[in-house]
Amino acid sequence: MTTSPQTIEELATREYKYGFTTEVETDTIAKGLNEDVVRAISQKKGEPEWLLEWRLKAYRLWLSMKEPTWQNVKYDPINYQDIVYYSAPKKKKVLNSLDEMDPEVRRTFDKLGIPLEEQKLFAGVAVDAVFDSVSVATTFREKLASVGIIFMSFSEAVREHPDLVRQYLGSVVPHTDNFFAALNSAVFSDGSFVYIPKGVRCPMELSTYFRINAKDTGQFERTLIIADEGAFVSYLEGCTAPMRDENQLHAAVVELVAHDDATIKYSTIQNWYPGDKDGKGGIYNFVTKRGLCAGRGSKITWTQVETGSAITWKYPGCILQGDNSIGEFYSVATTNNWQQADTGTKMIHLGKNTRSTIVSKGISAGHGQNTYRGMVRVGKNAKHARNYSQCDSLLIGDKCGAHTFPYLEIRNTSARVEHEASTSKIGEDQIFYCRQRGLTTEDAVNMIVSGFCREVFRELPMEFAVEAQKLLSVSLEGSVG
Amino acid sequence: MLDIKSLQVKVEGKQILKGIDLRVNAGEVHAIMGPNGSGKSTLARALSGHPEYEVTGGEVLFEGQDLLEMDPDTRAREGVFMAFQYPVEIAGVNNAYFLKAALNAKRKHHGQPELDAMEFMQLIKEKSKLLDIDQSMLSRAVNEGFSGGEKKRNEIFQMALLEPKLAILDETDSGLDIDALKLVANGVNAMRSPTRAIIVVTHYQRLLDYIVPDHVHVLSGGRMVKSGGKELALELERRGYGWLENGVTAVGA
Repeated sequence: MTTSPQTIEELATREYKYGFTTEVETDTIAKGLNEDVVRAISQKKGEPEWLLEWRLKAYRLWLSMKEPTWQNVKYDPINYQDIVYYSAPKKKKVLNSLDEMDPEVRRTFDKLGIPLEEQKLFAGVAVDAVFDSVSVATTFREKLASVGIIFMSFSEAVREHPDLVRQYLGSVVPHTDNFFAALNSAVFSDGSFVYIPKGVRCPMELSTYFRINAKDTGQFERTLIIADEGAFVSYLEGCTAPMRDENQLHAAVVELVAHDDATIKYSTIQNWYPGDKDGKGGIYNFVTKRGLCAGRGSKITWTQVETGSAITWKYPGCILQGDNSIGEFYSVATTNNWQQADTGTKMIHLGKNTRSTIVSKGISAGHGQNTYRGMVRVGKNAKHARNYSQCDSLLIGDKCGAHTFPYLEIRNTSARVEHEASTSKIGEDQIFYCRQRGLTTEDAVNMIVSGFCREVFRELPMEFAVEAQKLLSVSLEGSVG
Repeated sequence: MLDIKSLQVKVEGKQILKGIDLRVNAGEVHAIMGPNGSGKSTLARALSGHPEYEVTGGEVLFEGQDLLEMDPDTRAREGVFMAFQYPVEIAGVNNAYFLKAALNAKRKHHGQPELDAMEFMQLIKEKSKLLDIDQSMLSRAVNEGFSGGEKKRNEIFQMALLEPKLAILDETDSGLDIDALKLVANGVNAMRSPTRAIIVVTHYQRLLDYIVPDHVHVLSGGRMVKSGGKELALELERRGYGWLENGVTAVGA
């Protein structure tokens, strides 16, 4: 009955339930990175010359770059020669339908709750499934194509819509952006491509499910979403990986472009393997995500629920270039056991009357370290720009940490910028109150935490809000009690 | 229903209850009174299983079962309810949602089907009349931004909903003005039943004008120093606690 100190100490004991591996024959390029590997990836994908050149330019630049060290996370140096940069399930011939997919791969997605048969999916969600380095299936393509929407793997888009890809690739996150973006630009192997034509409201949720399977393999995917004038799309990505003792690198790049009056909602439920309770293994999630509100009145909303990964390093941001454009960032980041997260956003106000909202909820438990890092920059022409930021941290136990680093750069005096921050602990008194009403400690913690995250969860598409809540409760399992 | 035998309780290493005996039958209302620091709230919290209240001796039987062996949440599901002196706020958690979770946890425990949202709203409607609870209070977060009176009313409302066998009111009257006090008392009185026992912990006789107890006990220095009928409360109101405390010293000497 004496609960206090250790109740709060025993963190996360339930096993990561997506930690299984799949036995498939793979087509793999040997470990290590050099120009030949970059060429080999490009060749395997049958890419045009310009793309290979783009990759090589990025690779050469990367060689001269230094891994960033400013972030508030600790890890042993990564040996970039000890990573497999390309691994794909072997296929015997060109895949014409799902029936020809490796049944093992297909079973993997079934097991993950992502059945790839269209009739079995959530009604109204189209899925692109990425397994290690390649996209293995994309559902509802025809249906979407009938209204002019392009939703396919990045590799296919390079073949089928080279002009669009060439026009937008690197336009929001150039290969020069940062160390991991440069690396990604050199070796990216697949990802999703979305184009919503003028005035079209995408009739279903689009989603990509990323699965890392192979050992020692890094995943480097690229997602590019373009919403043309007046278009609307809601996109969701999810991800899991097997439990392995070694750390694995995931360095993705996501670029969004919203033209006049277009809206892109991009939601992430990140559940990469977080490592075990002693901090062994887990994914290094070093991701660059950025949206360009290119047009007047355009809007980009990032919503992220980050529960997995040993280390999370990502700052999905918005460049508010069009007048009256809107950027939003809603985030829940959980760190339990020995997880570390340094995450936040960048809101760059360039156009007039641009508005941004940042709501960040950090939850730390166990020995977890959770950092919010956010930049709000108002350029000198961004008259009447407005930003509202709210950063709340919730601590469970007394061995974890929460940190907040807001950066504000205001170059226009008409800007209005607000920042609010709070840190609280889940109180024993709150837990006891719930228990006295008949709830178990675990239910009590879940309830308190989901109350804390409510403002973010309500931004998620409905089917996924429930999923996110469940995930959160699993990732905090054992944190109290 | 409740049988407490020489219960001893420590809080933060300090012995607060030094051997309490109390028997409460179904249908009875007992008032526990006493000066500040006498241990009356300690008794309430120990019975509900608060983790900071360490039982160092004695036993408590609740319907023949060892209450002290049960987790706080099991006690609650078995039918022990405590109205808190200081109800806590839970930001972002809808009050109705919280109540539904609590009620369903209890129903599940007793093998009853859980109520769905429609059934639950119906139930809430009935019960909220009882306490003149404004429906808007149910859509707000648990106790968040509630006035002192609203918090206490919410406690009694939860009690009405959860229908405990044993309800313990921990200084529910503190901080209430007379109108709020009457409302709360009406709620409690409506809950009186031959199958339910109620323990009212209070410093002042005032509440007992509205919730008339069958038995009154006086705690002082961690012991029961006097028990009697409802007239004992009136005597305390007149004479204060001093004469009893002196009495204890005399007995002790």
